[in-house]
Amino acid sequence: MISISVQEQDFDTGEEYRQLQSGNTNIGGVAIFTGQVRDLADNPLKFMRLEHYPGMTEKSLQQTAEQAEERWPVIDIRIIHRIGDLVPGEQIVFVGVSSAHRDAAFAACEFIMDILKTSAPFWKKEQHVNGSSGWVDAKSTDQQRAERWQDNK
Amino acid sequence: MKVLFFGSLREQLGTSELNTALPDGIDTIGQLLASLQAQGDEWKLALGTGNVLFAVNQDMVDADTTISDSDEVALFPPVTGG
Repeated sequence: MISISVQEQDFDTGEEYRQLQSGNTNIGGVAIFTGQVRDLADNPLKFMRLEHYPGMTEKSLQQTAEQAEERWPVIDIRIIHRIGDLVPGEQIVFVGVSSAHRDAAFAACEFIMDILKTSAPFWKKEQHVNGSSGWVDAKSTDQQRAERWQDNK
Repeated sequence: MKVLFFGSLREQLGTSELNTALPDGIDTIGQLLASLQAQGDEWKLALGTGNVLFAVNQDMVDADTTISDSDEVALFPPVTGG
């Protein structure tokens, strides 16, 4: 089963984990990635504003989860991505995958994060403590990580 | 047709949405991008970077994708979620 949520409110990783590990005795393991707002050493961050494309975001995350289901024998996938203003240390993203064995759970979790980074329509704008602000640039290393999965079917 | 802008493009253009008829002679989203750039200097500056992504009906597509008047089209910079 796939569960997708794009939300302003924080999430409880423990509760998400319990949802993933319970209710199905075929589950042998759960892999989880969480991402959070990192402060900037040279230009301290006041907050990060996350904008998205309502409708397309959910559709994109759903498609990515379905691709993971096609590639690996996973059981459940849960994706949460926050929007709005987030301060350093706050959680941004949760990706959790349950499966019978760890290889599928690890691979699917990493795949979902890599594809999300380059396909899901989110944009970050940094607001700095010194009053300046700026849009975050996409990284070529993220593009390379996503493309890796195309050659690695 | 509805044309949506997000992120730095929305900010540079000062608008998040354009409701317009599909101009004559425009068949693809790449051609639409070129025609929008002709609207003025700020449009050319924002949209002429060669770094604009496209979505049609909420699916990411490439520049030669055909569009029609009933489509929801979006233009935006490379995404930075996660």
